[in-house]
Amino acid sequence: MSEPQSSFRVEMTINGRAKHATIEARKSLGDFLRDDAGYTGVHLGCEHGVCGACTVIVDGKAVRSCLMLAVQADGCEVTTVEGVAQADGTFHPVQAALREEHALQCGFCTPGIVCTLTALTKGDQKPTEEQMLAAMSGHICRCTGYQGIRRAITRLAAGEAA
Amino acid sequence: MNAPTIAGQGIMAGRYIGQRSLRKEDPRLLTGRGQFVDDISLPGMLHVAFHRSQIARGNILSIDCAAARDLPGVHAVWLAADIERPGFEMLSLYLRPTEVPTPLLADSIVRYVGEPIALVIADSRAIAEDAAALIEVEYEELDPVVTLAQARSGPPIHPGTDDNIATEAGDEEVDEALAATLAGAAHTITHHVVHQRISQSPMECRGIVAQANGIEELRLYITCQSPHMIARWVSQALGYPNSAIHVIAKDVGGSFGLKNQPWREETATILAALKFGRPLKWIEDRYEHLTACPQCREQEFTLTIAYDKDGKFLASQGDYSANNGAFPQGADNNLAAHMFIWAAYKMPTYGFITRGWYTNTTGLAAYRGPWAIESLVRETAMDVAARKIGIEPYELRRRNVLKVAEQPATTCLGMPVDDITTETCLDKLLENFDVPAFRREQAEARKAGRFLGLGIAAYVEPTASAGSINFMTGELAQVRIEPTGKVTAAMSTHSQGHGTATTMAQVIADRLGVPYEDVTVFEGDNMHGGFGPGAAGSRQGVAGGGAAITASEMLAAKVKGLAAHLFNASPEAVSIEQGMVHIAGAPEMSRSLREIADIAYSEPMRLPPGYETGLEVQFRYMPPPMTMTSAAHACIVEVDVETGFVKILRWITSEDCGTVINPAIVEGQVTGGLAQAIGMVLLEEAAYDARGNPIAATYKDYLLPAISDVPVFEFLHANTPSKTVGGMRGVGEGGAIIGPPTLVNAIADALSPFGEVPVNLPLTPSKLLSVIEGRDIAGHGGRGAAAAPVAVAPAAAPAASAGEAQIDGEWKMTMSTPMGAQEMTGHFATDGTALSGHLMSAEGRQDFTGTVEGNKLKFELKVEKPMNITLKYDLQVDGNAIFGKVKMGMFGSSKLTGQRI
Repeated sequence: MSEPQSSFRVEMTINGRAKHATIEARKSLGDFLRDDAGYTGVHLGCEHGVCGACTVIVDGKAVRSCLMLAVQADGCEVTTVEGVAQADGTFHPVQAALREEHALQCGFCTPGIVCTLTALTKGDQKPTEEQMLAAMSGHICRCTGYQGIRRAITRLAAGEAA
Repeated sequence: MNAPTIAGQGIMAGRYIGQRSLRKEDPRLLTGRGQFVDDISLPGMLHVAFHRSQIARGNILSIDCAAARDLPGVHAVWLAADIERPGFEMLSLYLRPTEVPTPLLADSIVRYVGEPIALVIADSRAIAEDAAALIEVEYEELDPVVTLAQARSGPPIHPGTDDNIATEAGDEEVDEALAATLAGAAHTITHHVVHQRISQSPMECRGIVAQANGIEELRLYITCQSPHMIARWVSQALGYPNSAIHVIAKDVGGSFGLKNQPWREETATILAALKFGRPLKWIEDRYEHLTACPQCREQEFTLTIAYDKDGKFLASQGDYSANNGAFPQGADNNLAAHMFIWAAYKMPTYGFITRGWYTNTTGLAAYRGPWAIESLVRETAMDVAARKIGIEPYELRRRNVLKVAEQPATTCLGMPVDDITTETCLDKLLENFDVPAFRREQAEARKAGRFLGLGIAAYVEPTASAGSINFMTGELAQVRIEPTGKVTAAMSTHSQGHGTATTMAQVIADRLGVPYEDVTVFEGDNMHGGFGPGAAGSRQGVAGGGAAITASEMLAAKVKGLAAHLFNASPEAVSIEQGMVHIAGAPEMSRSLREIADIAYSEPMRLPPGYETGLEVQFRYMPPPMTMTSAAHACIVEVDVETGFVKILRWITSEDCGTVINPAIVEGQVTGGLAQAIGMVLLEEAAYDARGNPIAATYKDYLLPAISDVPVFEFLHANTPSKTVGGMRGVGEGGAIIGPPTLVNAIADALSPFGEVPVNLPLTPSKLLSVIEGRDIAGHGGRGAAAAPVAVAPAAAPAASAGEAQIDGEWKMTMSTPMGAQEMTGHFATDGTALSGHLMSAEGRQDFTGTVEGNKLKFELKVEKPMNITLKYDLQVDGNAIFGKVKMGMFGSSKLTGQRI
């Protein structure tokens, strides 16, 4: 524990921008994204892989950034909640649906939910309502009772979002 | 705009009030641009971690910090004496010194697992944690006092105190007249509720960044319920001027009662930052949150209700205990639970004893509806009472509810009440839910082996408390039309998800006559606005809303006065709509608010005589002392009798929050509370082992409700305007108060063929299986598993027959002896008229045999301490209560009371 930690050089693309850094092997991807890369939209809720708040998108897949080491993301393309909307600020359909349906209150768990649903609805994928609800079972929201999240998912499944 | 708001009339449909306006907060939160405390980084900032006690109770013999101090990157390792500050005193939530002095870091003794002992300052959080783990503390471990039962009989955990009673009120002895009514009533039930310990678990844990600005000022970024409240608390604890403390909490990831005040860790970080001279950050991780953070609930309530043959209430007696932990937010006996237990019902007389107990666990903090157990115990007891006389539980409520037409009234405890609309909510619920149709469906389902249950509960809560708690009075609104014509408001409100920047903007836009998009509300910084306690006691929509309405109307009047002067019209002829100022009958004189504002700020010569330049208004609204919010809910469940799992099939809410500013936000508050209710009833438990170790240390152990656990809720809004400005009623806590009894009643109804379900939360599948399997469903007369942890009471029986008393099972009993209260657990097993079993107490296990006759049991035990005597137990069982006498030879008789476990 008190031994000096070994350091590694990593390179990855975060929200379309290249990021190079030399980091300790033990650093989680979540800590790296927040503390080294400045993407504080990545929220650490439990740091043991249950609450889902820290979910980001790594090479197209939703990943819990508290359970992945930053060195494991070397060479990967990472998207955080900051990189989901269009460059001009237009909401992603997932963000629009969540807003329209009042699917958030404190907003702490929201970035992870945005990333999970964004990864799931990417491209030509047409997940069913049941598939999205199943994915949401990996996220804890303490505020809303999930009502708005359910409605947003219904809206996304019907292709109605913004 | 239009005529000024008149208190008591409500604003049921405005241009913005009553609309599902999209939230102002969401664009930043959906794009990762919120600002939570851990997002703050300051130049030179260092990180704090704590070394915490690994035992629940003991004396510290030595602390070795050498290895920690030697770790590269560590700047300081400080113990209690290192951060001491003359004149500093830890305060309670009520801004007074805590009843038992609260050290910031444990010094000579430790009083709970997780108690902070040493504070490490390091370059990074990781190094600080590494160093904290290198500190070695040697203890002399003592037996901990963990449970309420141990608190009653164990040694005091705080040196210099006589016992573990943190605070008590009421009378130990039941009033004679009340006792006579209880004894003489046609029916009496005694109902016992055990509420487990809960972790508030906001998704954002606690945290603070503390920066000393010179030696006279502080800047604090802290996740909290109100930056104003934090500044006031720190000001009083440190002796700094309030204005020298700048507190910023832009976004807060939930609180639910936890973040009212700075706790030991936050306060220690502040004092360390003052001493060290560099900004310090401490962010609680989830492990710390679940094992060392103040928690909530852990209560027991025994309620006796006497009623006549028609179900009319005659008298009631309550006995409440709460585990306060070692260092609560303030010693707490939950007097409010007794004040409000019968507020919505006609109960002629009520007596109580109520106590808070210190134990070697983390301190008690608030949680959404801290007095909620009154609704849980009352509403679940009422269902038991109704089943006992064979009437529908809702019918018992209808017969006893305090009707709207009977108010104002005075409660059995002498409290004046008015404007309680529980009757309205219950009627509305029953109009929209066909109970007889459900009973037919239930009967059919039972034939098919499916166990459906209906739970109905009703309640009232006091919201927007003003004047009875020292930090809860009025709320402030400062509203200005800026020279640009845009409107900004600085409010004393604060959101931890409540959306007050949205609802207050709706109110202001509506009352001022401007577009919602043109209004921006600033909260989250105590340099804006003025004091308010924040999101506490369901107050912000009511008190903040009233302040925003009045301030906006005052500001509109100011605009109208100026426009009337400028255009030589009468103020009555001026109106403001969508940001334009119109003169009746003179459309050519219409001007934008921007033009009017520009004159108000820039051209004093054009203003009326004596007119203040600018367009700004401040108003502090003091609402009535209490604003009553009522509700009635219905829930349908199916309990799988093979697995004990509960599936919620339907949940209908009928609530009266008066004027609804934003239905989406109101419904979000209700359903968020209901999700927490589902967690409390079915899932969550912050459990401790016998040595006081928290055993729910992750979210794999502490089960929070997920989307699959929470049904889709249906809403009925009663919308009776309250007597406040605007007519709102508070809605933040209600779901967490009425949700638990609604769900428990549904489960109890589903399982009524198996007997009563003891209300010992959480009702896990294994506990429900014990109820289900504790009785031979086929009716062969077998006793089932004698060792079932949850004993079975008789099924719904005809009124006159008490049925066969159920003695088998485990009982928690207290015997009053000349040496003090003695706690024990009794295990009884009957076979015909034969009784066998054992008692477990501090002395160990003693086996016995005896006799049973009806609900009476007799047995004898020989003891050697304090001398050889034979104890003769003569006890009676009444439902889930046990009582009687124990003859102790020459020492006379002792009273014994207890409840089924």
